[in-house]
Amino acid sequence: MSQQTCSSRRALLLEGVRDTVPMLVGAAPFGVIFGTLAIAAGLSSATAIGMSVLVFAGSSQFIGVSLIGAGTALPVLWLTTFVVNLRHALYSATLLPFARDWSLAWRWPLAFWLTDETFAVVEHRFRTKGAAGGQWYWLGSSLAMYGNWLLWTVVGVSLGQSLPGLANLGLDFAMGATFAAIVAPQLKRRPALGAAVAAGVVAMLGRGLPYKLDLMLAALAGVTSGLLLEGLAGRKEQST
Amino acid sequence: MNHWLAISGMMLLTVLIRASFLVFGQRLTFPDWLNRALHYVPPAVLSALVVPMALAPAGTVDISLQNAYLPGIIVAALVAWKSGKTLLAIVISFVVYGLWRWGFVPG
Repeated sequence: MSQQTCSSRRALLLEGVRDTVPMLVGAAPFGVIFGTLAIAAGLSSATAIGMSVLVFAGSSQFIGVSLIGAGTALPVLWLTTFVVNLRHALYSATLLPFARDWSLAWRWPLAFWLTDETFAVVEHRFRTKGAAGGQWYWLGSSLAMYGNWLLWTVVGVSLGQSLPGLANLGLDFAMGATFAAIVAPQLKRRPALGAAVAAGVVAMLGRGLPYKLDLMLAALAGVTSGLLLEGLAGRKEQST
Repeated sequence: MNHWLAISGMMLLTVLIRASFLVFGQRLTFPDWLNRALHYVPPAVLSALVVPMALAPAGTVDISLQNAYLPGIIVAALVAWKSGKTLLAIVISFVVYGLWRWGFVPG
């Protein structure tokens, strides 16, 4: 390969990193909180860091450690992971037209690293500037997110270990506060609010069901309510 | 529970979902209702986790001054909803939670 393509590849890679910087800043505190909570939930430092290395999916990692901490059965943990991550299939489908001609050696690792953040950055770039050489740009964004997530997970894990009393100081509260702060801004549309209310009510009613079935039932109730409300709103719009 | 087994399963599911279209291509299609349903999964699952944590942190419903989780989580949701700043919401809610415990929870 020529010097020219080599340097343009590096330039693309660095551009991917640069455009991802705001996302890195946003993800950092979650990495720290995740690491700390994982230790508080009873994971070893190796399994806590291992989860960030192998799973690399913020929200399902958070939900995962809270379920593991509660002693949830594996099938429920996995089903929850599946449901929570299913949105990534949409990202995968959205980016496929750009990646269709790339080799599998590219598509597998880029798929492994496909997070909400990298999707947002890469999709915007491809839509506005085209996808020529885009695998290097995508790789830059992915590596930045991955390295950042691992770094802050390690920081959180060491924090959790050096202050073992943190768990008693209300880190389980931190989990609840984190979830509440993540979910609240999503509830500005009425169907989403309805989904949250329905899920919350069913979760309260179903408390204590075996295998965390309450979580599954609540999720199902929430999603169904959201779809129904969306359907009603659509019909009202059509009739007016 | 074997944590490594738990993590391996989570990894496998996550990577297969992410690889779905990118690696296995056009053989997969999503019906429209499923596309729309997916938008409601995060608010539904997160609310299902948060609401019992706020209303029944110890397993039984506790709406009293002794339950510092309830005001803390309400504040977290309100600040995040108003400002859109997750971290700010967590920090402020932690302060409220701490002060509440200090003020109302004996011991």
